[in-house]
Amino acid sequence: MKITELFERGEFVVSAEVGPPKGIHIEHLLEEAKTYLSGITAVNVTDNQSSVMRLGSLATCKALKDEGLTPIFQLTCRDRNRIALQSDLLSAAMLGIDNILCLTGDHTKMGDHPQAKPVFDLDSVSLLHTVKQLEEGVDLGGNQLVGEPPKFAKGAVVSPCSDSVDAQLAKMERKVMAGADYFQTQAVYEPEKFIEFMEKAKQFGKPVQLGIVIPKSVGMAKYMNNNVAGIHVPDEMIAELAADKEKTKAGITGVEIAARIIKECKPYCQGVHIMALGWESKVPDLLKLAEI
Amino acid sequence: MLITQLKSKETIASLVDGKKVFIINCHGCKEVHFPEKEADELQKEMMAAGNVTGIMTRDYICNPENTKLRLQKYMDKIEAADVVLVFSCGVGVQTLAEILEDKIVCAACDTYHLPGGQGVTPLEYDCQQCGECYLNLTGGICPLTACSKSLVNGQCGGSKNGKCEVDSNMECGWERIYRRLAQIGRLDIMKCPVQVRNYATDDEVSK
Repeated sequence: MKITELFERGEFVVSAEVGPPKGIHIEHLLEEAKTYLSGITAVNVTDNQSSVMRLGSLATCKALKDEGLTPIFQLTCRDRNRIALQSDLLSAAMLGIDNILCLTGDHTKMGDHPQAKPVFDLDSVSLLHTVKQLEEGVDLGGNQLVGEPPKFAKGAVVSPCSDSVDAQLAKMERKVMAGADYFQTQAVYEPEKFIEFMEKAKQFGKPVQLGIVIPKSVGMAKYMNNNVAGIHVPDEMIAELAADKEKTKAGITGVEIAARIIKECKPYCQGVHIMALGWESKVPDLLKLAEI
Repeated sequence: MLITQLKSKETIASLVDGKKVFIINCHGCKEVHFPEKEADELQKEMMAAGNVTGIMTRDYICNPENTKLRLQKYMDKIEAADVVLVFSCGVGVQTLAEILEDKIVCAACDTYHLPGGQGVTPLEYDCQQCGECYLNLTGGICPLTACSKSLVNGQCGGSKNGKCEVDSNMECGWERIYRRLAQIGRLDIMKCPVQVRNYATDDEVSK
C-alpha cells in the first residue's frame, strides 16, 4: 500500500523509523517493530544511517513486509551511482516495496568509513527525477524498461527549523518539481518555527509529516544543538529534562515534550514521523499522549 | 592544462537576451587553449546588434588584484551593462563574480580538463574543469568545488550555522550561492530544470 493513498484520503499518517543492525541478525528489530509499530501506518528503514555501514535497507524492508508491516525504503545517493540506484529501485518494486524516501545522504566523512569514496553521482532532487522517469517506463539513460513500469510513493525530506530556511524552501520546491509526493521533516523542537515554515510550504500542496525525535536526556539535547544540522532544542526544554532525572531517565519527560510538540503542530501538518532512535517501545505511549 | 570551448550559441543568446552586455575576455595563461577566433566572431555579431557596452581583453584575470586595477577604467561601461559575460575558464568567471558582486556575471565557456599542469589558480577559487560550467546557475560560485558533496540542485540538510557538515571551517557553498542569487535578484534560477551531472563530458574534447 502506498502511503500517498492515505494522504489523499485525508488521514493523519504516522510513521516511525528503524535502523538496521551492524550484522545479520534482525530478529530483535522485527520483534520490536511488530510489538510497538504494528499499529502505525509505515516504518522507515534507514540506509546506512550517519554513513555507518549496516545491514541493507532494502533487505530489512523485505523482512518487515513479510511480517505484515508497510516499509518505507530510504535510499541515499552517497554509496551508489545512478546505475545502482535505479537497479535497487527496480528490485524494491519487484519485492512489492512501493514507498520510498529519497535523500542525498550524509557525507562519508561523518561515519565509520571516513576513507570511503563519497559517490553523490545523483542528489535527492535528481534521484526523485530519476524515479519519475522510471515510472514513465524510461531509465535515466533514455532506455525503455521492459514491461509495466514501477510506481512509488516518492518521499523527500526538508529541514523546517534550519538556520537557512529560505534555501531549504527553495530546495523543497525543486523536490516538488522533480516529483516528490510527500515530505518528512528533520526533528522539530520549535513548534512556532515549524508552523511558520508550514505557512510558506503549503503553497506546494504536498503532505508534510512532522519529524519527532524523543529527547532522551540533557546530554542528547546538548549534543544535537552542537552537532546536528537543523535542530535546536530550546533552553527551557533542556531545563525540563534536567528537572527530574529519574523521570527523564524513564523516558516520561521526553515523551511528554514530544507529545506536546505533536499536539501543537498537528493542525498544520498531515502526519508525524517518529525517529525513536532505540526507544521504539515508547512510541505507543507517545501516540496515546498526543491523542493520535 | 585546460581547454575552454564556447557554450552553444543558443545558450549564450539566452544569457544575454535583449540585455546590455559588458564582455571580458581572458587570453589566459600558457596552460589554456582559448577559442579566440570563435569568440571574436560571436562578439562582432553581438556588437552589431548594438547591445555591447564595452569589451575588456586581458590575460590572467584569475589574479584578483591585477584584475581589479584593470577594471577601474571600464567601471562606467560595466555599470551600464545588465550582464557581464566572461570568456574564460571557470576560475576567471568566479574571480570576476566575486569582484563585481552586485552584477550578474555569466560564463560564456565550458572548461575541460587536459592532462598536465594547472595555471596560476588562486587558492580561493577552484575550477574542476567539468566541461559543463554551472556558474550561470549559481551566481558565479562553483557548486562542484564550493560544496563538499558537489551538489548541483541546492543545499543538503547538513549545514549548521552556515558551515558544512564535513568541515566546520568551510562555509556552506549553497548558502553562499543562495545569498549571491538573492543579491543579484536572480532567485528565479533556483526554479531551473533538474540538473543531472554528465560525467561523459571528458570525452567531448577528444571528439
